[in-house]
Amino acid sequence: MRSIIYLLIGIIFGITMYKSEAASWFRIYEMFQFKAFHMYGIIGSALALGVIMVQSMKRFKMKSFFGEEIKFFPKDKGIARYLIGGSIFGLGWALAGACPGPMFTLVGAGFWSILIVIAAAMFGTFVYGRLRDKLPH
Amino acid sequence: MDWIYEPWPWYVSGPMIALVMFLLIMVGKNFGMSANLRTMCTICGADKKAEFFKFDWKSQRWNLMVVLGAVIGGAIAHYGLSNGEGVQIAESVVCDLQNKGFESAGQAYLPSELFDLSALSSVKTWLILIIGGFLVGFGARYAGGCTSGHAISGLSDLQLPSLIAVIGFFLGGLTMIHFIFPLIF
Repeated sequence: MRSIIYLLIGIIFGITMYKSEAASWFRIYEMFQFKAFHMYGIIGSALALGVIMVQSMKRFKMKSFFGEEIKFFPKDKGIARYLIGGSIFGLGWALAGACPGPMFTLVGAGFWSILIVIAAAMFGTFVYGRLRDKLPH
Repeated sequence: MDWIYEPWPWYVSGPMIALVMFLLIMVGKNFGMSANLRTMCTICGADKKAEFFKFDWKSQRWNLMVVLGAVIGGAIAHYGLSNGEGVQIAESVVCDLQNKGFESAGQAYLPSELFDLSALSSVKTWLILIIGGFLVGFGARYAGGCTSGHAISGLSDLQLPSLIAVIGFFLGGLTMIHFIFPLIF
């Protein structure tokens, strides 16, 4: 039953990624050229609402739909992994024009070449897993 | 009813993303898409090759359902809710991209020069898709999250690490577009 709920949330997410054009390589390129407000408006408005939402959930100790306590997990402290890892991610995001959510949306939209990007992203994840102990975190 | 086929403006899109995060939190989960790449590695047997992949992937089954939904949502939007017109990016960006050889700029959803199956006859296309994907996967896991996990979820929770990660996203992205693209296109 809950699986159906997760699936429905995913469908809303997929439609949003496509219709917002956040899944478009062109929009990502335009964003990094600072030539349109579109992507900044999307991220900015999602974030403004997100901050209000998460902070009020914490403040008022809101319960989930199932009556369970909502837990937020603080990220591990550090700088190197976020700055280096983030920069590597950014290089790929700009080149492939897709981040991990939209990649899957584009499969549904029938852009089959994105499967190569997804396979490569899985391989990148795998290589990180292998090198993890040798990398600065 | 034409509006239903139009792309969404940012002030609809952003709140919809916030809604997705809200729903995931309210069902006791969290919004983070790149974690699925790790789960998929584990399912493919990566747990035999590295400690990092040794976890109960079934605990992430819910997120794989979100992924499946994202695929279905993409199909619904593309085949049922789209007018098939190109993404209306800024005129100056269209000119810039056409000068770089992207004739499809302004007329397509994705550049046909990179994503049409016919483009796969070029080795350069393969390299771009593979290197781009690799960097996304490697970087997302190294940074512990991607756009959804850090830029939306992490920043909404006022997490400093997420701010550092997002600064990294832009450092990398700007480097690619402004310094590396001129070398490859």
